[in-house]
Amino acid sequence: MAYLELRNVSKSFGTGKDRTQVLSNINLEIEEGEFVAIVGFTGSGKTTLVNLISGLLMPDEGQVLFKGEPVTGPSHERGVIFQNYSLLPWLNVRNNVGMAVKEAFRKMSKKDRNKRIEDYVEMVNLSPAIGKLPKELSGGMRQRVSVTRALSMSPDMILMDEPLSALDALTRGNLQQEILKIWNKDKKTALLITNDVDEGILMADRIIPLKPGPKATLGPEYKINLERPRDKTALNHNDEYKQLRNSIMEYLIQIGEQRASKKDNGYVLPDIKPRIKSLPFKRISFS
Amino acid sequence: MKDRSIHILNFVGLGFFEPAIRLVTGEEINKNLIALLKKVLLPVVTVGLFLVLWHSGAMYLYNIEKDARIEKALMDQGEAGALEMRTCIESGDISCQPNTLPSPAQVWTAYKSLLTDHAIISEKKTAFAEKVAVTNAQRKEQGLAAITYTGRPSFVDQIFTSLKTVFAGFLLALFIAVPIGVMLGLSKTLRSSVNWLIQIFKPVSPVVWLLLVFMIVKTLTRGSDSDSSFIISFISVGLCSMWATLVNTSMGVSSVDKDYINVAKVLQLSVAQKVFKIILPSSFPLIFTGLRITLSVAWMVLIAIELLAQSPGLGSFVWEEFQNGANDSNSKIIVAMFVIGIIGFMLDRVMLTIQKFVTFTEETA
Repeated sequence: MAYLELRNVSKSFGTGKDRTQVLSNINLEIEEGEFVAIVGFTGSGKTTLVNLISGLLMPDEGQVLFKGEPVTGPSHERGVIFQNYSLLPWLNVRNNVGMAVKEAFRKMSKKDRNKRIEDYVEMVNLSPAIGKLPKELSGGMRQRVSVTRALSMSPDMILMDEPLSALDALTRGNLQQEILKIWNKDKKTALLITNDVDEGILMADRIIPLKPGPKATLGPEYKINLERPRDKTALNHNDEYKQLRNSIMEYLIQIGEQRASKKDNGYVLPDIKPRIKSLPFKRISFS
Repeated sequence: MKDRSIHILNFVGLGFFEPAIRLVTGEEINKNLIALLKKVLLPVVTVGLFLVLWHSGAMYLYNIEKDARIEKALMDQGEAGALEMRTCIESGDISCQPNTLPSPAQVWTAYKSLLTDHAIISEKKTAFAEKVAVTNAQRKEQGLAAITYTGRPSFVDQIFTSLKTVFAGFLLALFIAVPIGVMLGLSKTLRSSVNWLIQIFKPVSPVVWLLLVFMIVKTLTRGSDSDSSFIISFISVGLCSMWATLVNTSMGVSSVDKDYINVAKVLQLSVAQKVFKIILPSSFPLIFTGLRITLSVAWMVLIAIELLAQSPGLGSFVWEEFQNGANDSNSKIIVAMFVIGIIGFMLDRVMLTIQKFVTFTEETA
């Protein structure tokens, strides 16, 4: 049995006429220790999917099963790394992480708790900034805190909702490596939502494209058998990588075009032409 | 040291002293000199203009009043009476001075006389305390209340009485509005069920609140002969001014960033922890904005309420001076006006500083 299983999951928002089905008939199985990436366009319902798995949202139809049990709400077992960091701006790094540690390990002594906080902050190389407020940190550092906060609760599964999409390319590359390094230590089950195919190939064991919503469904999966640890520059010359990347890209472009053409059929442009009326004012040229 | 003091000045909202400090330390003389001129000299110039305008306005009104008096004397007593009135006015005799808007100089004199008055009264007070010290000690042993000074309070005493009243009223508003605001913010049902009450009572005038409080307190304190005017005025001040805090708190609590709520959910915080660790800190900025408005409203309505409730303070000082109609009464009223304004400004600055101290600034990505 799969570690995490989604069975015919559908989710809609709104009521009556405005009701739109965001996700439709999602089936997904993730095995223990597997790193799965889901790639998709913006607005295709990726965040909704993560929220369903984390338990922040409940599906309208179908079931989300975690370790065979239906998900009824958020749990410490599934750590979430949010897209926009979601750090509490009035708490410093230590307290942001500390809040999670305190909740996950209620019986732990204060000393052990502090040790745990410091160890995890050290793991993402933020020890010098442990007393700083989120506003004093750069975007990359903030996301590291967010990663630390999720991991410090030692969840059984990590859910990452476009964790790196708000970062610049350089920071992004560094953090990808760092997350992979941490993941490599205990190989926890992980689900990465991303809009970057390269990121998915670099990090995951399996990539599943999400067809654009409304009524988004999962596309065919792509296995990635590249050897770990993967090196980003070396990968660029790897034929398997190139092939994989091309086929995923082709698929995404194809479904993207489908969506675009669908949209075109939806609207009938009115048959009007602009009429140029001479203005009573003197024309000013800006050349 | 320099950077530190500049930082502190900016923090308490006195940033316009910054160029002066930089100038003293000889940093970028030209730039800071211009900044100083802009930030300090221009306000000084406008103060001067204001005084000139005030003075000429007062002179204009004085002349109208003076002419009217002479005219009246001419009508009633004839040529001789008019001449007498003119010489009397021009000699500066107090008995026949026209009573109108006082000039800045007169207000300044009145201010100094109020200070002298305060010095005299405090002297009397200390003398009184010395005189009754022995008796009071005896009375204390016998279990009797001490004899207190019951003379006329000075202007400075009135200021402190007013501050006490406004502080009590503010605390009352704080303790009523913040907890209720939090509850309203948390529950949409509660909010919609009492919204009518807030919307109707919010715009009610301070005078009506005073009368309402008077009705209730009068009945409740029936039989006791203690002076309830302080209670009435501070409760009225609290009730008038609490609405801003109430509305701001409930809005702050109900509009907490959804991300923070998600964090609370994912961390599985208990309800109490969610309120105290996520919701309250994130709504602090709005709560304090509300409290700041509350304090300034409290100070504003205080004067009107004291005036009507006959409770001691600046309001009753103004009213008594107006009723008194002495020669320098108008000047004293203007002094009180400036004192009220300056204290209001200082209270606002204090609140601003506290607000900056306890609230986080929104993170900028």
